[in-house]
Amino acid sequence: MSHLEQLPPAVAILIAALVTLGTVLVLLGTVGLVRLGSFYERLHAPTLGTSWGAAGILLGSIVMYSTVGDRLIIHELFIALMVTVTTPVTLMVLGRAALHRDRAEGRPPPNTSPPDAVSPEDQAE
Amino acid sequence: MTLFPHPLLTVIIAVLFLVLTGLSAGQFVLAIAVGIAGGFGYSRLTPDRVRLRRPDLIGLLFGRVVLDIIRSNYAVARLILSEGRDGRRRSGFVRIPLDLTEPNALAILAIIVTSTPGTAWVEHDPADNHLLLHVFDLLEDDDWIHIIKSRYEALLLEIFQ
Repeated sequence: MSHLEQLPPAVAILIAALVTLGTVLVLLGTVGLVRLGSFYERLHAPTLGTSWGAAGILLGSIVMYSTVGDRLIIHELFIALMVTVTTPVTLMVLGRAALHRDRAEGRPPPNTSPPDAVSPEDQAE
Repeated sequence: MTLFPHPLLTVIIAVLFLVLTGLSAGQFVLAIAVGIAGGFGYSRLTPDRVRLRRPDLIGLLFGRVVLDIIRSNYAVARLILSEGRDGRRRSGFVRIPLDLTEPNALAILAIIVTSTPGTAWVEHDPADNHLLLHVFDLLEDDDWIHIIKSRYEALLLEIFQ
């Protein structure tokens, strides 16, 4: 922990602010994941954590280790890149699975089918 | 047969290698070798070369996306805290007709839409090239078709097609 003593107070405050911002956003994302009503709404909450939640924590880490170390540390940029690039994959798989289930059960959410598609209500008449 | 089937990918892999290992002459040679090998590996997976027509616009697109992500982070965080404007927020699906057909450009659009809290890319229908978008806070006076097309798709069309 001796490294921490080398940190100027102004830099320490900046790091604390960035990490706090990131963790608060991650926390809000998880709160949303628990409290939101529908599956599709819950899809949105964790993206708080994967966008600026992750960015805040990683920026704090970059500032911290670039100040303590003797050179610019940018490993975190690649973590950010990988998180950003891989998030849509999981999200799409989850979203499409939910949509497929809703359609298979004959109750697709409004506005999800092409306009010319026959909805189950029309078939019943 | 070219030495650099995917020059951009080769450069990114080489830089990643150098950042993770540290800069020295030996590592530099290794990084270039790994980068070239990565480029060949990728060209075995997909034969199409990525063509950027206007790479100078990438910076503009990046800046716009970063700003939008900050703005929508704030908006969604506030909605979660205020319990969706005391229960008056409603979410829903929007179908968006796309002009974009280039697979890489569509992938970038998916990353943009997903990274921005409040919008989720749910499904893309290649038959009629429509995107099914789920919007967290669907307001009457927001024209999502226009937002997606003018803010992101127009730029992506210029960069890729």
